[in-house]
Amino acid sequence: MLTVKNVYKTFNKGTINEKKALCGLDLHLEPGDFVTIIGGNGAGKSTLLNMIAGVYPIDNGMIEIDGVNISRQPEHERAKYIGRVFQDPMRGTAAGMEIQENLALAYRRGQKRTLKWGISKKEKELYAQKLQILGLGLESRMTSKVGLLSGGQRQALTLLMATLIDPKLLLLDEHTAALDPKTAKTVLELTEKIVEENRLTALMVTHNMKDAIRLGNRLIMMHEGKIIYDVAGEEKKKLHVSDLLAKFEEASGGEFANDRMMLS
Amino acid sequence: MNVSGVLLAMQGAVSQGVLWGIMVLGVYITYKILDIADLTVDGSFALGGCVCAVFVVEKGMNPLLALVIATIAGMLAGAVTGILHTLFDIPAILAGILTQIGLWSINLRIMGKSNVPLLKVDTIFSRIVDLFAGLSESTGAQWLGFRQTSVSLVIGILIAVLVIVFLYWLFGTEIGCALRATGNNEDMIRALGVNTKITKLLALTISNGLVGLSGALVCQSQKYADIGMGTGAIVIGLAAIVIGDVLMGRLKSFGSKLTSAVVGSVVYFLIRAVVLQLGMDANDMKLLSAVIVALALCIPVAVGKWRIWKSYSEEGPTC
Ligand SMILES: Nc1ncnc2c1ncn2[C@@H]1O[C@H](COP(=O)(O)OP(=O)(O)OP(=O)(O)O)[C@@H](O)[C@H]1O
Ligand SMILES: [Mg+2]
Repeated sequence: MLTVKNVYKTFNKGTINEKKALCGLDLHLEPGDFVTIIGGNGAGKSTLLNMIAGVYPIDNGMIEIDGVNISRQPEHERAKYIGRVFQDPMRGTAAGMEIQENLALAYRRGQKRTLKWGISKKEKELYAQKLQILGLGLESRMTSKVGLLSGGQRQALTLLMATLIDPKLLLLDEHTAALDPKTAKTVLELTEKIVEENRLTALMVTHNMKDAIRLGNRLIMMHEGKIIYDVAGEEKKKLHVSDLLAKFEEASGGEFANDRMMLS
Repeated sequence: MNVSGVLLAMQGAVSQGVLWGIMVLGVYITYKILDIADLTVDGSFALGGCVCAVFVVEKGMNPLLALVIATIAGMLAGAVTGILHTLFDIPAILAGILTQIGLWSINLRIMGKSNVPLLKVDTIFSRIVDLFAGLSESTGAQWLGFRQTSVSLVIGILIAVLVIVFLYWLFGTEIGCALRATGNNEDMIRALGVNTKITKLLALTISNGLVGLSGALVCQSQKYADIGMGTGAIVIGLAAIVIGDVLMGRLKSFGSKLTSAVVGSVVYFLIRAVVLQLGMDANDMKLLSAVIVALALCIPVAVGKWRIWKSYSEEGPTC
């Protein structure tokens, strides 16, 4: 499904701000894998997702989706394989456009845009149905501007948009981190439901270790641009937060895992 | 000054406002939809006028065809800015300034001098006046004898309506929606598979095409092209958008937003005519436009800050 082979990324190469974000990273996903990613701040989690999505070019290595080498494809071309939800709820939707217009944009992800009308009647019915699944009452506000929605509502909408047509790969980068605990829970439950029902292949970055253990079939831990721990199946289910904390400590050379990890 | 003289001046101002309104629609695309201040406009407006004048006067071209050529010239100018901005990551403002400055020399080259009068040649307006005059003579219907100002007003409104209908349609299509989304949230629409370099390039091209068309129409209606005719056009465009927004901002539909740009332009030229009648120097008009735009941008910010400042109190409210 997804193959990341020996990928390197260094930001600001050759300056004093040089930062190695990914150091020869390898990762292979089978179809239907739901992988949670944990790791301290600056471990390279977002960078990995950004590399897969094509936000920045990779320095070395190769990225393949379903046998297609996408290493050098621009971001907008890769979009036909990839659905994304960002950490910032503002980033995933167009505030000045209507809810249904946002959905119509997402419905055409990866397709060539033509001079056909931007949204059809039949689509609107589909969107109303899909919005109902969110359970936020948005189906009755389809012509409202997205800017009027709360962060949680926007994030749920972004999730729906990212999966409106099944992506080959769903990338979730701390997509509940900016939400209050209750809303975060709702959005996370929706994520589980959508991923499960559509058997999506997904990568989810989170700082919440309980979620990381509970969700998905595989967990990886990153540190300094590498994967330092990779568990799946039964072994993963048996993990405890304390096991992960121990791993962290080991990786960071005894230095205690940061506060943000402790709190979750 | 007598009443009919004033009325004639006002009618002239309205028709001028409508013709310039096409330019304002172009500015609307970049400033409001794409969220870019495109300074190409000053150059591409004059380019439209110069190209039109030269083709009509020196090549004896059909004035209608000259409008098309001027539109294409404007589009090319917009594309240059677009390429500088998208392919080479030059900030939009700077890319626009570069094209604008370059166009000054190009426009001079095109005309060979700084001013080309359209004295003994046909314009689309004079052709229509002639057409109706002919009709009036052959049918004996006196009322068919129209004056040039009325004709340019009617033609201007007709073209403005056509342009508004075209833009309304365009921004409702899939491509148009992608264009609007580019101005709204670039990251998002790229993640949904749209090449935002192309959408920006497209918007800048269409925008400056309209600006070029407007320049050509103004050239034909005033019967000359001048190297300085586009100077300050961007500020006029922004002022017209601001005025339109104040007058019609409550109407939310896209069609009325486009209409408000043209209405704003008409009101701008009416204000201009009034202050000129009151004896203001025409050259001071640019200052007035700058002040209008600056005020429109400053007031909301100042009011917001003042409200925050005002709402402070040492003791919290009781809740
Ligand atoms: N665009 C960029 N320019 C320069 N440096 C960057 C850029 N993006 C990331 N980095 C650097 O790369 C390293 C990895 O960052 P990344 O955002 O991938 O971490 P992360 O694991 O997502 O951390 P967090 O948990 O804080 O989100 C960091 O040191 C960061 O400063
Ligand atoms: Mg991150």
